[in-house]
Amino acid sequence: MEYLNILLSETYKILFLLLPVLVSVAMIVWLDRRIWAFVQKRKGPNVVGPFGLLQSLADALKYIFKEIIIPASSNKIIFILAPIVTMTLALVAWAVIPFSEDFVLADINVGILYIFAISSLGVYGIIMGGWASNSKYPFLGSIRSAAQMVSYEVSIGVIIINVLLCVGSLKLSDIVLAQENIWFVVPLFPMFVIFFISALAETNRPPFDLPEAEAELVSGYQTEYSGMMYAMFWLGEYANILLMCALGSILFLGGWLSPLDIFPFTMVPDPLWLVIKILFLFILFALVKAIVPRYRYDQLMRLGWKVFLPISLIWVVLTSGYLLYFDLLPKS
Amino acid sequence: MPAHAFFFYIFSLIAIVSAIMVTTSKNTVHSVFFLILDFISISCLFILIGAEFLGMIMLIVYVGAVAVLFLFVVMMLNVAQQKNQWFGAATGSKHIPVGMIVSLIIFFELLIVIGGWKLKPDLSNDFINLSTTNITNTHSIGNVLYTDYIHLFQLSGMILLVAMIGAIVLTFRQRSGLKRQSYIRQISREKNDGVELVDVKNKEGVKIDV
Repeated sequence: MEYLNILLSETYKILFLLLPVLVSVAMIVWLDRRIWAFVQKRKGPNVVGPFGLLQSLADALKYIFKEIIIPASSNKIIFILAPIVTMTLALVAWAVIPFSEDFVLADINVGILYIFAISSLGVYGIIMGGWASNSKYPFLGSIRSAAQMVSYEVSIGVIIINVLLCVGSLKLSDIVLAQENIWFVVPLFPMFVIFFISALAETNRPPFDLPEAEAELVSGYQTEYSGMMYAMFWLGEYANILLMCALGSILFLGGWLSPLDIFPFTMVPDPLWLVIKILFLFILFALVKAIVPRYRYDQLMRLGWKVFLPISLIWVVLTSGYLLYFDLLPKS
Repeated sequence: MPAHAFFFYIFSLIAIVSAIMVTTSKNTVHSVFFLILDFISISCLFILIGAEFLGMIMLIVYVGAVAVLFLFVVMMLNVAQQKNQWFGAATGSKHIPVGMIVSLIIFFELLIVIGGWKLKPDLSNDFINLSTTNITNTHSIGNVLYTDYIHLFQLSGMILLVAMIGAIVLTFRQRSGLKRQSYIRQISREKNDGVELVDVKNKEGVKIDV
């Protein structure tokens, strides 16, 4: 009976977290398309609902009623598992994101490692989809994407080490609380820029959307998918983008903290600050998508391994040297 | 704690079944996927005993990086459709004795480890004390790894570096006569270097340097 109670209350909490995330994923797709359109002097989706807000809902309905086609020569079990893996992993990571000091599902000790681990598992959805389709384009797309995600994970990991040096804890709420005096975006600004670009590459966003480069690979690993399975890939991708924005705002923009501790800012509830910061980062993501042309594959690899990795490694040395010299290292 | 035991049995069952499936499944890519499932359930077991740092590192290193490379190699070498003869072939499989020797060695190593715990019971007490104190296990690992065992730690880092350089040297081949794309040259190309206006004389043509 006791366990049942725990189970019910946890399920309630999880639903309370997941439903807003899913709804905001739908909204964010709309926002993405709108921003993209505005940059190019188009109108974007503006028909369904006020300002076209319900466009994503209409799209989702269309996907649900479409037929799911499974290629005859595909590996059926893995083919069906791939979108499920992508979507589950994208949603599971939200468990540790702290929306305020006590509004968090599970504030575990190794929260940042958990998010890092989950985002590095995200590559499996893509590899499985590409391999199981048993077709050339999806396979090439998935191989590309696996190499890309593994490369950029390395630099994201090193950037996270920079932040952890200043915090002294792997707990996400500790990371936010350590920024009460100054957000890490100020002392670690170059790291923030590199993190932003690596996050673009990690989530396969333009200008790094080589896995689905439609000009050469049709649509990469998603080529053979249709209907609801395609929509699940798509939802997982956008949930991942939101997650990366949340991670960026927790690591560098002070999470739920308000920018100034004075009257009009303190009125806003804590979770709303995190949402505002996530939206800010997402709008930057969308602008980059509209402005920058796609990278060539060797340029992408060069940027990851020869530029970002050395810079962030040097920055680790600089940060730790500075902290050691001025005796600022956090005491455990 | 019955719930704890319940989860332990679930994860260890998944770990054992997937470990068996790694060796018995016909498709090599499926084997690698089962290996990944095995890694994940092992890291869940780590988290269950309170070693959350080890569990997460296991996920990041093995599942996030090593297994991806495994999958890469298996997919690229196209051995997916190879027939698996471990159990099917009745006669003359050369793999079985080698496998037997390796598994015997691993079995004895496990025996030695468990024997160590039996001979020195304080060891398990230390472990229990560690888990009840307030320090997170990330801190406690860091405290011993970077103080008492710093030389061993750096030595293992050096070994990994040497192995990495060795792998690069073995596979690196300098080929001549290749056209390389130089980033800086491509960006710094100007209109004057790229386009040239030539007056072509009649019946003589023009010589183009590439």
